[in-house]
Amino acid sequence: MVPPILTVRELSVTFPDSNGGLDALGSASFEIYPQEFVCLLGPSGSGKSTLLRVLAGLLQPTGGEVVFAGGQPKIGMVFQQANLMPWRTALENITLPLELENVPPAERRARAQALIELVGLSGFEQAWPRDLSGGMAQRVAIARALIHDPDLLLLDEPFGSLDALTRERMWEELSRIWQARQKTVLMVTHSIGESLFLADRVLVLSQRPGRVKFEMKVDLPRPRADEMRYTPHFSKLAKRLKEAIE
Amino acid sequence: MNLNPLRLSPQTLRRSRPWAVLLSLAAAFVTWELVSRFSGLPAFILPAPEQVAVRFWRALRQDNLLLHTAVTLSEILLGLLSGTLTAVGLGYAVAKSRLFERLAAPYLVASQAIPVVAIAPLLVIWFGPGMFSKVLICALIVFFPVLVNTVVGLRAVPRALHDLMRSLRARRGQIIRLLEVPAALPVLLGGLRIGATLSVIGAVVGELVGADRGLGFLINTARGLYDTALVFVAVFTLIALALALYALVAGLEKKFLSWQESHE
Ligand SMILES: Nc1ncnc2c1ncn2[C@@H]1O[C@H](COP(=O)(O)OP(=O)(O)O)[C@@H](O)[C@H]1O
Ligand SMILES: [Mg+2]
Repeated sequence: MVPPILTVRELSVTFPDSNGGLDALGSASFEIYPQEFVCLLGPSGSGKSTLLRVLAGLLQPTGGEVVFAGGQPKIGMVFQQANLMPWRTALENITLPLELENVPPAERRARAQALIELVGLSGFEQAWPRDLSGGMAQRVAIARALIHDPDLLLLDEPFGSLDALTRERMWEELSRIWQARQKTVLMVTHSIGESLFLADRVLVLSQRPGRVKFEMKVDLPRPRADEMRYTPHFSKLAKRLKEAIE
Repeated sequence: MNLNPLRLSPQTLRRSRPWAVLLSLAAAFVTWELVSRFSGLPAFILPAPEQVAVRFWRALRQDNLLLHTAVTLSEILLGLLSGTLTAVGLGYAVAKSRLFERLAAPYLVASQAIPVVAIAPLLVIWFGPGMFSKVLICALIVFFPVLVNTVVGLRAVPRALHDLMRSLRARRGQIIRLLEVPAALPVLLGGLRIGATLSVIGAVVGELVGADRGLGFLINTARGLYDTALVFVAVFTLIALALALYALVAGLEKKFLSWQESHE
């Protein structure tokens, strides 16, 4: 079997506070394999965002270790809010990671063009973020996270702020993008349906301090369609996850 | 400290119709003409518009009006530039370092508490009647509003965008150039707009206190000779300078902040 691309061992994070520190993560351990789509479920406040921040290098853990096969990986990150720079057009927001790597402008635009079609933003290249709907803005954020060809995609409830219809359309698009681009993805969500629609494997975090208390393979066939949600197998998996969370 | 209670932003000016501006200017000139003609006031109290116009042409040829204007403009621009650069540099340090903020705060607050106009004579005594003392006065007067706006602008940069840049392994210089400068720019330019207006006042105050050239010097000289028409010429030239500076900042805002504009 292929070795994991990411190994997390007994990771803990304690935030300093007035009464002796707040344990956000307590000894979380898991692995992620190349090109796997993993969803992380857990009650709110269980340290999911904290975990992603550690993996993205934004936060030093208090204990434990994070090992990436092949050294520091390139990260693509999507947050709950699109976090676009309002002074850049959609296209300029998408090409930001390439600008940071000093890729020449012509190549930046060429690489953005393919992605813009993939995420369904054609015609919106020159739009300002203030003129984009929530769903459109989040597509820009996804394209921005993919453009520099990252080794690991970290998604923190990326569809949490969208309405239900847009969200479900985004699931289909994300599956399609993931299959087209062959990325390794770790996605935080608190929707069981979302994790079953997207993931190869689901990790469930406990109440704070979070640790991985349950893990489940999602053996639903791909491509996954809407009707799949009414099958007995889907219901069985959903029930198991629900019990694990409670 | 609200220096702009009418909210006369460039947007307000741009929205006002050109004919309305012309109409109000014409009304002012007609009033001036009528008052000077029928009030019986002598020309050394209130010269008529055409007398001021004639004096303007004579000032250009005989009184070195262009030289004085150039001197005052240089003082304003040099003061604005040095004051802004210092304020942005210190503002960056204050916004980024709590320690530096604590160390610098007493001096910054004190610098704001001293009325620059009141210490202008002291600066002229120390640094002489030449341009340097005026540049310094302009710089001091511009310093505080620009510093405050720099700090406010930098503190307002969303943490999420800092996280984004760090997750992409952006270097310090890239974070400054691609995130902090553009994010702080609207507030910074707002400070510059206040600073530009203030620096005109600074230069003239310095020149009135003691100078051998400049529009303030010209006003002083003309006043001594009861050449009121020349005072009017100098004042109108100052107004033109102030408007040009305002237009310059407004132009910068138009160029760099088009992403903010509403699409109505
Ligand atoms: N920078 C921080 N400083 C102090 N406490 C924090 C910080 N970030 C998160 N926390 C706390 O850590 C816990 C876990 O937060 P988070 O990782 O955001 O949870 P989740 O994303 O699962 O909802 C929460 O109780 C939160 O208040
Ligand atoms: Mg969270």
